Amino acid sequence: MGFLERLLGRQEPSSGKVAKDRLRLVLTQDRAGISPALLDTLKDEIIAVISRHIDVDVSAVEVTLTGTNRDSSLVADIPLRDRRRRR
Amino acid sequence: MTGNGTEARVVTVTSGKGGVGKTTLTANLGAALAMRGQRVVVVDADVGLRNLDVMLGLENRIVYDLVDVIEERCRLRQALVRHKHLSKLWLLPAAQTRDKTAVQVEDMVDVCGRLREEYDVILVDSPAGIEWGFRYALAPATEVLVVTNPEVPAARDADRVIGLIEAEEKGPARLIINRIKPKMVERGEMLSIADVVELLAIELIGVVPEDQEILVAANRGEPLALSRDGSLAGSSFHNIARRMLGEEVPFQPLRDRGVFERILRFVSPERS
Repeated sequence: MGFLERLLGRQEPSSGKVAKDRLRLVLTQDRAGISPALLDTLKDEIIAVISRHIDVDVSAVEVTLTGTNRDSSLVADIPLRDRRRRR
Repeated sequence: MTGNGTEARVVTVTSGKGGVGKTTLTANLGAALAMRGQRVVVVDADVGLRNLDVMLGLENRIVYDLVDVIEERCRLRQALVRHKHLSKLWLLPAAQTRDKTAVQVEDMVDVCGRLREEYDVILVDSPAGIEWGFRYALAPATEVLVVTNPEVPAARDADRVIGLIEAEEKGPARLIINRIKPKMVERGEMLSIADVVELLAIELIGVVPEDQEILVAANRGEPLALSRDGSLAGSSFHNIARRMLGEEVPFQPLRDRGVFERILRFVSPERS
């Protein structure tokens, strides 16, 4: 990685940082016993239930596991469509 | 109860993943504890794949083994092998020609219980994995040390093992991070000690830097902890032993250096 790239902050994240992020993710999944496939299923079903009542921005929905230490939680970020923009 | 009036401890050393340096660490820790006056027996629980004897340079002195004791072909005392240089360090070797089904949980609890009458510290070198061998190695433990490397697969397996130790109510385990490469950490090319401790969320009791001398010493069957050469790796084993005995020992600076030293290292990189 060149000096200039480093100076301009254009470098890729260091492999140590990548390792930490990946470790965090697998640990959260392992501890909760939730696979990425199950997360996808959850996301689809959450969208299905919510959109029956509310207009949600389907493409922007995110369902993720977050966790620090030994407590993890399931976080669903469900942006709503702006009603004013609808005709 | 032991002669000095304190309760003897059974310390199981485990890791989940194989190849992280568990046996080398157990041998060095046993030596360091014995050098501090503890009566130590290291128990090789890896039946079928014994190696602790080689690490301690005692492979030619074995007559009986753990399975012989369990199956009553000899008395416990007959199976114990004394270290060549350390009079307080003993080895209970694993059987090499049997497999792990030869040992039951109750057998390990019984053998370690009997050892507790004669020794201060019983260090049990667990087999890798989370199967039978791990189960019987964990059963007699009064405390557990989990060894890992600063790599994703090793840390992930350590996390799994930490969960199992807690489920068996043998926790909280304490963590040893083995084979850290300070220069790689400085470049951001390796998980740092802080990263691993943060994610595994258990108490850190030791950090051992990667050092070729550990292998050189093991080649000769003389654990590096014996040599008192003042190396970072050699003293890291002694620091773990001291912490196990209740001393407050600050962690050696492997990573964070002063500004002045950073500049020196920048000016003359061969110092690093």
